[in-house]
Amino acid sequence: MAPAPRPLAFRGRAFKALALAPEPPVADWLAGLDTLLKRSPTLFKGRAVILDAAALGAGSESGPEALAALVAQLAERGIPILGIEGVDAVGAGLPPLLVQGRPSERVEIPAAPAEPEPQVVTSITVEGSVRSGQSVVNPTGDVTVMGHVSSGAEILAGGSIHVYGALRGRAIAGAARNPRARIYCRKFEPELLGIDRLVRTAEDMGSTLRGKPAQVWLDGGNIKLASLD
Amino acid sequence: MAKVLVVTSGKGGVGKTTTTAALGAALAQGGKSVCVVDFDVGLRNLDLVMGAERRVVYDLINVVNGDAKLPQALIKDKRLETLHLLPASQTRDKDALTDAGVARVMEELRDKFDWVVCDSPAGIERGAQLAMHHADVAVVVTNPEVSSVRDSDRIIGLLDSKTAKAEKGEEMEKHLILTRYDPNRADRGDMLKTEDVLEILSIPLLAIIPESQEVLRASNVGCPVTLNNPLCAPARAYADAARRLNGETVPMTLPTERKSFLDKLFMRRAA
Repeated sequence: MAPAPRPLAFRGRAFKALALAPEPPVADWLAGLDTLLKRSPTLFKGRAVILDAAALGAGSESGPEALAALVAQLAERGIPILGIEGVDAVGAGLPPLLVQGRPSERVEIPAAPAEPEPQVVTSITVEGSVRSGQSVVNPTGDVTVMGHVSSGAEILAGGSIHVYGALRGRAIAGAARNPRARIYCRKFEPELLGIDRLVRTAEDMGSTLRGKPAQVWLDGGNIKLASLD
Repeated sequence: MAKVLVVTSGKGGVGKTTTTAALGAALAQGGKSVCVVDFDVGLRNLDLVMGAERRVVYDLINVVNGDAKLPQALIKDKRLETLHLLPASQTRDKDALTDAGVARVMEELRDKFDWVVCDSPAGIERGAQLAMHHADVAVVVTNPEVSSVRDSDRIIGLLDSKTAKAEKGEEMEKHLILTRYDPNRADRGDMLKTEDVLEILSIPLLAIIPESQEVLRASNVGCPVTLNNPLCAPARAYADAARRLNGETVPMTLPTERKSFLDKLFMRRAA
């Protein structure tokens, strides 16, 4: 004899859902939502969201087509709708109609995070020479030196380095991970060159360019040198 | 208005003390009242080169600490009325110099003399920085070889950033004295050429002091080379430098030893 089927047990469960209550005109409300999402893009992540259509009234804006369009608009913004309340009926293919929702406390919307500092490109110019032991560091832009960069001196730039005298010290350009940075000098006698964390010492440069005007750039992960003449 | 001059180089053994003594004496020979000050506390040498080592009672540290008055520590040169020496202490070290004490002594020296010539210790640390701090004029002593030139470059950077003048936003007057220069070796490419040194350091040239036995000879007898043998090539070069420091325009020549006709003849044959 077959055993009697076990009775199925059903239990209720209460969750807190975030109720989105669009107001007419819906286009404006959506624009406001976009601004909010820009400020806190993760606001709806992992949350159950209910669409409260009560404020839309009984007009055409709460009709089945309008609701379907609204749900689609929200889905486009990455907000899946769990259920709809505040209307008499929902059309087929829409989230289920919910009733007897109880208002809960307001959901805190996190304050807008501080605007990230816009990357200001500031280039600096050294009027004279950079002497041995001195170092000029400008992580946000180019460094231009009107005089020499002596042996034992160091230039570090986020952008390119321009030396209108002799370059005899170290020059590291593109220190802000910028592979398009270059190094230019009127007289090429450097101790060390670097672009975007790639470095080359004087020993590996050969002597063909020594004393000549030259430029240095990065080509497919290789440091390239060429005369400017 | 008194001028404070610092003789500095970064590297040791290039001729700072010799230059201090020779320039100090040459300025005094030109009629100025001069005090040469040894800042090389712990490794003093200027007293030896000036021939005053047996007359030192008080020194710079004593005056800085207030243990002695400045006139008690000053040693008057026996050969030149207007030349004085303020010796360094050999038993203490550079940390014994206080900023305020040095500033006070330099002010007192400014009141008393036309020229105060400070002999800087080698290096770039506290001693060297204190020696240059109150200077109006700097003489950078360099040998025509790469390590000396690079160290001088470093010192010029400090002169432009760490001195009282630099801190006030004024430009320090800087001059280069190229010492131990041997034109024959420079021609052969064994040492850096004057143009190369000037191109690297880009400060005006005050003098070229030729390599000469006379410099060592003068040091050994405790006499500035400009006093010991005023006619020898290095002495003439230092005397010209002193005149240029006083604002005279003196054409730059490379002083050479006066060779006899026979010497020249043999040199030419040998070459």
